[in-house]
Amino acid sequence: MRFTKDHEWVELDGDVATVGITAYAAEQLGDVVFVEVPEVGRTVKAGDGFAVVESVKAASDVYAPISGEVVEANSAVADAPETVNAAPEAAGWFARLKVADPAQVEQLMDRAAYETYLQTL
Amino acid sequence: MRYLPLTPDDRAEMLAVIGAADIDALFRDVPAAARPADLFDLPLHAGELEVERELAGLAARNRPAGAGPFFCGAGAYRHHVPASVDHLIQRSEFLTSYTPYQPEIAQGTLQVLFEFQTQVAALTGLDVANASMYDGSTACAEAVMMAQRVTRREKAVLSGGLHPHYAATTQTIAHAEGMHILRLPAAIDAEAAVIAAIDAETACVVVQTPNIFGVVTDVGKIAEAAHAAGALLIVVTTEAVSFGLLKPPGAMGADIAVAEGQSIGNALNFGGPYVGLFAVREKLVRQMPGRLCGETVDADGRRGFVLTLSTREQHIRREKATSNICTNSGLCALAFSIHLSLLGGAGLRQLAEVNHARARELKAALAGVAGVEILSPRVFNELAIRVPGDAAALVEAALADGVVAGVPYSRLDPTARLDDVLLLAATETTTSEDIAALTRTLQRNLGR
Repeated sequence: MRFTKDHEWVELDGDVATVGITAYAAEQLGDVVFVEVPEVGRTVKAGDGFAVVESVKAASDVYAPISGEVVEANSAVADAPETVNAAPEAAGWFARLKVADPAQVEQLMDRAAYETYLQTL
Repeated sequence: MRYLPLTPDDRAEMLAVIGAADIDALFRDVPAAARPADLFDLPLHAGELEVERELAGLAARNRPAGAGPFFCGAGAYRHHVPASVDHLIQRSEFLTSYTPYQPEIAQGTLQVLFEFQTQVAALTGLDVANASMYDGSTACAEAVMMAQRVTRREKAVLSGGLHPHYAATTQTIAHAEGMHILRLPAAIDAEAAVIAAIDAETACVVVQTPNIFGVVTDVGKIAEAAHAAGALLIVVTTEAVSFGLLKPPGAMGADIAVAEGQSIGNALNFGGPYVGLFAVREKLVRQMPGRLCGETVDADGRRGFVLTLSTREQHIRREKATSNICTNSGLCALAFSIHLSLLGGAGLRQLAEVNHARARELKAALAGVAGVEILSPRVFNELAIRVPGDAAALVEAALADGVVAGVPYSRLDPTARLDDVLLLAATETTTSEDIAALTRTLQRNLGR
């Protein structure tokens, strides 16, 4: 699993990447009340806002950590937004992207680097 | 706080401190060409009595709608507003132009907005309505931009029956958001012509019923065509009283209904302030602009009201907000709600029936005037006629007989080449004597 400074996580399986927000992000947001997942077929570039997460405290965009085409969106989080709080880095994933360049993922932080980054916040 | 203007001594002292010779010296940096000395041809000051006389003289040049036969419609309608409406809206518990700051401490105001939304949703046949927009035309523009967000498409098709001012407002506002606006040529009974203009790039089609020529259309077929192409149907209504008789937009497949609410509870007000109605299907609510009031329960289980889904709004969502509007037409919405509550469902229907009956009487009378051609086949309370020659000149001539004969279409859109088209409305305020006076002046001025 790899991480961004915007607190998204990516897990690569072949050329399909599963994307979500980190446990840290979910905790900072508080109770998530709404998630808008991207539609399947949409092409996104790394850094594009491609999903929306709303908590009782804030509304935030979720940025695509890598470029690719959305091949699956997690309707479970759209139907039950609290899943994002319960299991942010597992069942609470947002979307799966078919990535053009899997090597892009390697550029992102690993867990140790992300933990170190969190210490600086 | 009292307002005490500065004395000449105060001014001189302040100017001396900053080292300026006179007030004009403060504006030296503005180029002379940009500050013409004779910009306003106004006296610098006058006594209160003089000012009152002057302004009363100016006001007397207006011709109040109630001063005689009056047939203007086309987006602003003369209706009877019961005195109780004006009395109630002036109660200090209610009297506000806006949704309040710290809204939850003003439970009464929020409850009014909640009731207003409930009424608008019921009238339009849709699931959710917001707490109102500035007026019908800006609500129309907001609906088009909402369709862009929902569909991620850029093209909007506007029917030739849409009020030209609504089309112009939509063009002005939505153009800045990168929308491509396809405005079809003015057409009297051709709402369905929009179907041919729908393609895979189309975000929405905007149709009006009753349209600017007064024609009532069932837009169900247009809804089917729009939905088949993945586009939204926006239905515009400028005469809210028509909801009392006609099939609501939601029942005809509209995804978004916008309307001008002035007709209910609000006077003509020289063209504004008015109140825009805005209602949508529930699945679209997160992309809806404007304030939204919701019902909830407090910690003790008591009914209460809150502003809800505020994450759409710019004080939270910043540049990603659904709209720049972060208020509503509070007082006009209040008047709307009070008047509609006084009418009730049966009362609104009865009012609409009276309006329709008056329009039928008007239509029959006009059909008997030689030279007049009735253009609108199915009408609610307004219609279009063709006259020999220039409709604007005819309106001027009728004014000399004390009759305000309607709105020349050229006044709304001079480029449409419909100079011989006159738009007329009849409401519950229109009497048979008014209609007789109109036909007399038309007959005289058309030289038959």
